[in-house]
Amino acid sequence: MANHPNALRKCVQAGWGILTNAYIKGFLPGLPPIYQGNLKQVCVPGMNCYSCPGALGSCPIGAMQAVFDGRHRQFAFYVVGYAALIGLVVGRFVCGWLCLFGLIQELLYKIPTPKLTIPAPADKPLRYLKYLILLVMVFLLPFIVRSQYGVGEPFFCKYVCPVGTLEGGIPLVLLNEALRATLGWLFRWKFFLLIMCVVASVFIYRPFCKYLCPLGAFYGLFQKVSLVRMRVDEHVCVDCGKCARACKMNVDPHKTPNSNECIRCRECVNACPMHALSMGIGALKPSAGEEAGEDAPAPSAEAQ
Amino acid sequence: MKREFPLKVTIALIPVAIACMVFGIYRGEVATVLSKAINICMECIGLG
Ligand code: SF4
Ligand code: SF4
Ligand code: SF4
Repeated sequence: MANHPNALRKCVQAGWGILTNAYIKGFLPGLPPIYQGNLKQVCVPGMNCYSCPGALGSCPIGAMQAVFDGRHRQFAFYVVGYAALIGLVVGRFVCGWLCLFGLIQELLYKIPTPKLTIPAPADKPLRYLKYLILLVMVFLLPFIVRSQYGVGEPFFCKYVCPVGTLEGGIPLVLLNEALRATLGWLFRWKFFLLIMCVVASVFIYRPFCKYLCPLGAFYGLFQKVSLVRMRVDEHVCVDCGKCARACKMNVDPHKTPNSNECIRCRECVNACPMHALSMGIGALKPSAGEEAGEDAPAPSAEAQ
Repeated sequence: MKREFPLKVTIALIPVAIACMVFGIYRGEVATVLSKAINICMECIGLG
């Protein structure tokens, strides 16, 4: 029963991944190899490569760069507004529930091996890397750097994104002989990054989400502001630390309930023996104890 | 209780995000996104 809420989350993650990549024809030999319909005018909320043969929607990070790197050097109001809207409503809930690449990393982490926690002195600065990637590779370089023909490049897609290699590159190369003949150093580089990411995911919980993903960084900026929030009822919390120990993103929800790093998976909420954590729209009304200004209760035996 | 960001401000920011989207749609950015998404992105798959 303890795993029941987590099983629900896995079902939602898998169901959403299948639903948004349900273009079966893309996986069959023959043309066209990817979906070309109007649904692709809209982005899915998570990282999902639009060059995946099954993808029915667009990728927000790819779509932002597609506007930035165009000949007219335009700001991507449509996609940035869309992602900001999602961020304002749910924050990184998308990461915990609606991103296929997040699920893939979680499944890899289930492989039974010793697990690694990056020590805090290295972990903390590394977490900023994803913001740097968002700023430099998604916003600035596609906007600034131009070829002789006046167009830019999607720098993050081209040089970093392991999602594109896994969901787009590998299936398309396997299904298409003509593409196979054109493989070069760039594919080898991106394949190497993907392998690194896959291997790291076996030992570290969601390394791409923690350190590299520009979309997770973008949604993270809205965590403290979003409609959906987490709240700690400090009159009920007995400071047992169970929530922090349950969090595989290494957040201490008791201290920072709306940390940029929290993916809103709710594992801490379920782990709290005192039911002191809650998550929902507006994060919720104060408990009766808080309203009355009562003291916190003594720790229960279960919480020790 | 820790200080929280005022919910009213969040609610006020939502129309700003929607306005951003609408402006982008009005400017024709949807067509740019669509044309990128319906053709295989060579950069994404590591060939470009
Ligand atoms: S390569 Fe990555 S960022 Fe680019 S469209 Fe694909 S999934 Fe999105
Ligand atoms: S951080 Fe990126 S890859 Fe990870 S779940 Fe969020 S959107 Fe997906
Ligand atoms: S703080 Fe809680 S909801 Fe957030 S990532 Fe950690 S366990 Fe999940």
